[in-house]
Formats: sequence, structure tokens, C-alpha cells
Amino acid sequence: MPSLKSLRNRISSVKSTQKITKAMKMVAAAKLRRAQSQAEAAQPYATRMASMMAALAQGAASNPNAPKLLVGTGADKRHLIVAVTADRGLAGPFNSSLSRAAKARVRALQAEGKTVQLFAVGRKGRDSFRRDMADIMMGDVNFVGRKTVEFKDAEAIADRIIAAFNDGQFDVCTLMFNKFVSVMVQTVAETPLIPAAGGPANDNEKPEQSGTADYEIEPDDGSLLDRLLPRNLAIQIYRALLESSAGFYASQMTAMDGASRNAGDMINRLTMNYNRTRQANITRELIEIISGAEAL
Amino acid sequence: MTLALEIISPERLLLARQVSMVVIPGTEGDLGILPEHAKLITSLRGGMIDIYEDDEIIDRFFVSGGFAEITETRCTVLADEIMKLADINRDTAAEQLAAAETEYRDVDEADPTAWRNASDRLITAQARIDALAHQ
Repeated sequence: MPSLKSLRNRISSVKSTQKITKAMKMVAAAKLRRAQSQAEAAQPYATRMASMMAALAQGAASNPNAPKLLVGTGADKRHLIVAVTADRGLAGPFNSSLSRAAKARVRALQAEGKTVQLFAVGRKGRDSFRRDMADIMMGDVNFVGRKTVEFKDAEAIADRIIAAFNDGQFDVCTLMFNKFVSVMVQTVAETPLIPAAGGPANDNEKPEQSGTADYEIEPDDGSLLDRLLPRNLAIQIYRALLESSAGFYASQMTAMDGASRNAGDMINRLTMNYNRTRQANITRELIEIISGAEAL
Repeated sequence: MTLALEIISPERLLLARQVSMVVIPGTEGDLGILPEHAKLITSLRGGMIDIYEDDEIIDRFFVSGGFAEITETRCTVLADEIMKLADINRDTAAEQLAAAETEYRDVDEADPTAWRNASDRLITAQARIDALAHQ
């Protein structure tokens, strides 16, 4: 039977833990709102960019001189996986589920005999990959100590990826991130970055059907695509970063909510235990007094 | 007859309104966009976007580059970086021009992409300085 003092200490320590998790939940909720509105604000650009890309890619994909960023190198041998995680933990399965999915993907590709490289965005993912896949890490970035992600950050990542691609380090690039479905649900999503057109798969669609073919293009298809493709890549990464950050705060909020509730349960149990022990002590003392009086 | 103008930066939708005309800096020269314009996709160089309402400029922006999609009823500007003309800072603009000049001087001319990026940046930096005259 634990002593009353040790029970009191435990109750107060669980209470202060609960205070911390409650505060973290509130902070995560506030940050989630900000991250969500940032993600919504970035939506129009991405939508317009996608429709413009579609209009241009249709014509260019069948062109033998189409930019490699659009149609790929023609090979499917060397892969790069860009995995987006958060820099901080205490967010339930947020980081671990993504790292696990990325590692599973890497092993699956390796089993098919392909060469795989990893690029980690976010500190947690980097740490996890370094443990058992250090030899295939191409690089990493993180935003430790930063309040929000900016488009410039995404652009910097895109520049590194494009530079490595132009250098011939890989053929196919896939982006993996936690997609924000709702506050309760974040799922691991994959987006192909290179080739942007998803290969020549859209050959069997009728080119004129969407009516985009009648655009005039200035200066010309090729040089416009040369500018548009890197931009599109950066936008995809930016969107993934924003979704991931919204998902992170949602996940953290859920995790901290659960933790606060568990702490509450624990406090109840300990308090019950404390009161029982206290009453048992009183009863025992009473018995001692009464039996002492009777013996006289 | 008006034109639906949207100016969008990667971070947010900056402006969406009906205007009578907008002048945008296309890579091949300035374009005055009126309603019923032919469908067009163009890239933008650094320069001014002038928004007209009844033959008067009601708003001016400086854009550092980007793309525009134009249809008969709509003009969408996807800007790399955009600011109100009044928000251009003289000192930063001068610094950026100096940096762009250095970059352009040192660029490896055998690499067409690097050369194009450097020259784009130089044009943008120069346009930013020129825009200061209109402040």
C-alpha cells in the first residue's frame, strides 16, 4: 500500500502534466487554424497553375523534344522519394506513419531492383531515416525554429531537386506527405513530381476535348514550359508542406486531447486510491484506540 | 463590358475584381487586355501591372515575373512575387539590382537555363528601379 504522501505527490505531478498537455492542445488548435487558412489561401494559385499546365502539357507531351521535367528521362530505374514530416513530435502517429510508409515504399522499389534515394523534409523523418537508411539519404532540410513555411522554402527544395535531376541523379521523383483530410484523419499521400505529366499516359485521351488547345502561347510552348515546370514543382511542394503542417497541428491537437483525457482518468483513479487509503488509515487508528480502551 | 481580373501569388489571392482594362508586362512586350481578348497564355517579365477603370489607372502593382492566362472574359495573373507600387523600397531595389548585375556578369554562358534565369533577374531588377520613377 503506497503511503499517502507518495500518492499526493503522484496526483500533483499528473495534474501538472495535464496542465501542459491542455496548454499544448490549445496552442496546436490556434496554430492549426493558421495553417489551415494558409493552406486555403494557397489553393487558387495551385488550381490555376494546374489548369494552365494541363493546357500546355497536352500539346507538349507528344513532342519528342518535350522538356524532361514533363515527360521524364524515359527510364524508370532510379527513384527519388521526397518525404515530408514535421520537425517536432508529440503528435501521435503523424511522423512515424509517414516514415513507415516511406520506408515500405523504398523497400518495395528496391525489391523490384530499382535504385532509391531519399530526401527528407523535416527533422523527425530525417532522424528516422538516418537510423536504418543512412546510405541512401540524398539530403535533408528542416524548418526548426520557424513559425510558418513560406513559398521561398518550397522553391529552395524544388531548386535542389531540379539541380539533382538535371545532373542525372535519378529518373523519377515522388513526393510523400501527410494529407490533411480532417482534424481527426491524416493519410499518407503520394504525388509524382517528375515526370510531371505522369508519363505519356494521356496519349489515349482526345487532345481537343477540353477546348484548351486553342490558346495562343507567348513566347512559345517550349520556353513557357521551361519556366512553368520548375514553378509547378515548387507549388506542389509548397502545397505538400502546407498540408503537412496543417495535418501536424491537427494530429498534435488530437494527441494532446487524448493525453489530457488520460491524465484526467489517472487523476480520478489516484484520488480514489488516496481517499481509500486515508479512510483505511483512519479506521485502523480508530480500531486501535477502541481496542485499547476496551482492554482497560 | 468588363473583364474579371485575378491577381494571385503563391501565398494568396491578392485581388479579384471587375476592371475595364489591365496592362500586363508580357515577356514579348506589354499587353493591354480588354474584354473579348483572344485566349492566350503568356509568361511575364518583371514590370508594372496597371489596372484601368474608365480610362483611369486605379491601381498599380509591380510583378517580378510569372504567368498570365487570358480568356474572353477573364485575366488571371499568376505572379512570382508581387507588391503594390508604393511598397517598393528604394534601397532593397538598388541592392537587388547590384546582386543581379554581379550574377549576370559571372554566369556561365554555356548553360542556357542559368543564363536565362540570370538575365530574367537582371531585367526584373532593372524594371523595379524604373518603376520607382512612377511612385
